[in-house]
Amino acid sequence: MIRVFRSEWRKLRRPTLFAGTLGIVFGLSVLITALLFILLDSDGGNGPRGRIITRETLALPSGLYLGFTNFAGLLGTIALSVFAAQTALEYTNGTLRNLLVRQPKRLVLLAGKYLAMCSFALLTVIISAIGSIGISLLLAPTKDINTDAWFSSESFELLYSNLGNVYLSAIAYGTVGMAVGIILRSPISSISISLAWILILEGILSFTVDGLDKWLPGQLMSLIAESSNGDISYTYALVGTAIYLTIFGGIATTLFVKRDVSN
Amino acid sequence: MSAVISAENLTKKYGDLLAVDHVTFDIPVGAITGFVGPNGAGKTTTIRMLLGLVKPSAGNARILEHPISEPEMYLPFVGAMIEGPAFYPALSGRENLRVLARLGDFPYKKVEELLELVGLADRATSKFKTYSLGMKQRLGIAAALLPNPKVLILDEPVNGLDPAGIHEVRNLLRVLADSGISIFVSSHILSELEVIADHLVVVDHGKVLYQGATKDLLAAHKPRLAVKGSLVSDQEILREIATSAGYPSELSGDQVIIMAPENFAGELNKAAFAKGVVLTLLQITRPTLEESFFEITGGEK
Repeated sequence: MIRVFRSEWRKLRRPTLFAGTLGIVFGLSVLITALLFILLDSDGGNGPRGRIITRETLALPSGLYLGFTNFAGLLGTIALSVFAAQTALEYTNGTLRNLLVRQPKRLVLLAGKYLAMCSFALLTVIISAIGSIGISLLLAPTKDINTDAWFSSESFELLYSNLGNVYLSAIAYGTVGMAVGIILRSPISSISISLAWILILEGILSFTVDGLDKWLPGQLMSLIAESSNGDISYTYALVGTAIYLTIFGGIATTLFVKRDVSN
Repeated sequence: MSAVISAENLTKKYGDLLAVDHVTFDIPVGAITGFVGPNGAGKTTTIRMLLGLVKPSAGNARILEHPISEPEMYLPFVGAMIEGPAFYPALSGRENLRVLARLGDFPYKKVEELLELVGLADRATSKFKTYSLGMKQRLGIAAALLPNPKVLILDEPVNGLDPAGIHEVRNLLRVLADSGISIFVSSHILSELEVIADHLVVVDHGKVLYQGATKDLLAAHKPRLAVKGSLVSDQEILREIATSAGYPSELSGDQVIIMAPENFAGELNKAAFAKGVVLTLLQITRPTLEESFFEITGGEK
C-alpha cells in the first residue's frame, strides 16, 4: 500500500499537475476572498450568488475563514477533476496494465491511489486556506473590519472544524470523480458528465423542484463544507453523502477488481 | 521445472466470440519462445490472461509453477511489455521507470542501469511524449527488465524499430536468454522470430496450430531448387527433367522452382548438361518461417 501511495505521488508531483493545480487553487482562493473585502459596500453584493456579507459578519470569529468557505465548492470540483483524471488516464494511457503487473492486488492498488489523491486534496485545502486567510488578514484593516474576534480561541476552533469539513467535502467530490473515472474510463467524459450533473443539472433541479436538494449528492456534499444549512442539517448531509459514496464507491471498486483490463 | 509457462485448455470468450480456444502449450526454461499468429489470433488475449489482466473463461495456466489465479505469487519474477509500451506522456523516461520501480520496490539504481542498457541514458530526462516509437519500445523493454525477471513476456517488442534497433533487441534477447531468462515473445515479423526463437507456438483463430522447436518446423518443409538456363526455351527442358525425377515444379519469373531435396541438385545439373542446357543459376532455398507459417495456417502471403 505504501509503495502504491509513493508511486502515485511520483505522478501527482509532476509540475503541470502539482504546481498548476496548487497555483490555481491558491490564486482563486486569494481572488475570491479579496472580492469579499473589495466589494464590501457594493450594492451588487460581495458573496456567492450576489449575497451581501456585511462588515459586522466579517468581524465575527468565523470572518477569518469566510472567504475560504466560499471557495469550498470550487475546491470540491477541482478535487473531483483531479481524482477523475488521474484514475481514467490509467485506462486511456494503457498504463493500468503496467501497474497491475507490478501490483496485482487490485484492491491494494486502488486504495493506495485513493490515499495518495486524498493527501493531494489535503494539500489543496491547506494551500487555499493559507491564501484565503492570508489575504483576509491583509485586507481587513484596509476596510475597517475589527479583527479582534478572529484571534479568539473560538475562531481557531471554528477554523479547525471548518478546515475538516471543507476537506471532507473535497474528499467526497474526489471519491465521486474517482468512481466515475473507473466506470467511464475516460477523463474527458468523467469530468464533463460529473461537472455537468453537479454544477448545472443539480442547480436547475434544486431550483425547480421544491425540497429535492436534500436528495441530490452534489448539494449534500457542498453542505458538508458549509457545516450546516437552515433546512438541511450537517448530520443529514454527512449521512446522505456517505450513502451515495458507498453506492458509487461499491460499484467502482467492484468494477476495478473484477473487470478485465483489455486496453 | 521443465516449463516456465504451461497453459492447459486456456479459453476466453467475449460474448459469442471465442478469442482463445482451449490453447495448450508449454514454454521451456531458458529459451526464447516465439508466439506467432496473425492479427486477431488471440495472442494478446492469451498474454493478458497469463499476466492476470484478463480472467479466463475456462482452462488454466501456470507460470513458475503458480496458477494464474494467483498472479501475486509469480509476477514479482515476471517482466512484461503488453501490446506496445504504455507510459505517462508528461513524465520523463526516468520518471516513468521510477513510478514502476517504486511500485515494485526496485532500487532506482536499477532504473539508471536499464536506461544505460537500452541506450536511453542521454534522453532520460526528456518527456515520454517526445520519444520516437523506437525509443518508446526500448523504454518498454527497460520497464519489463526492472524486476530482474525469470520470465520475460514481450508483445511485439520490435514493432516500430529501425533495422539497427531490431538488431540490438535481437542481441539483447539472446544475451538475456543465455543468462537464464525464459523469454516468451510475440511478433508479426516472422523473419525476426526465425532468427531469434528457439521454440515456437503458432496460433490462429484462437487455436494452437504448432508448438515445438523452430528448426523442426522449418525442417518439416522440403527445400526447393531455383534453376535457370541460359535460354528461355531451357525452362521447359528443366521442368521435364524435374517431372521425370518425380518432383513438381513451377515457373517464377525466368526461374524454374523445383520442390526437391538438396541432393537432387547434382543429378539435375548432370541431366541438364546432357540435354545441352547451360545452367546460369542453381540455388538451394529453404522455406522461411513465414512460408511455413502460411502453410500451417492455410493463409496466403
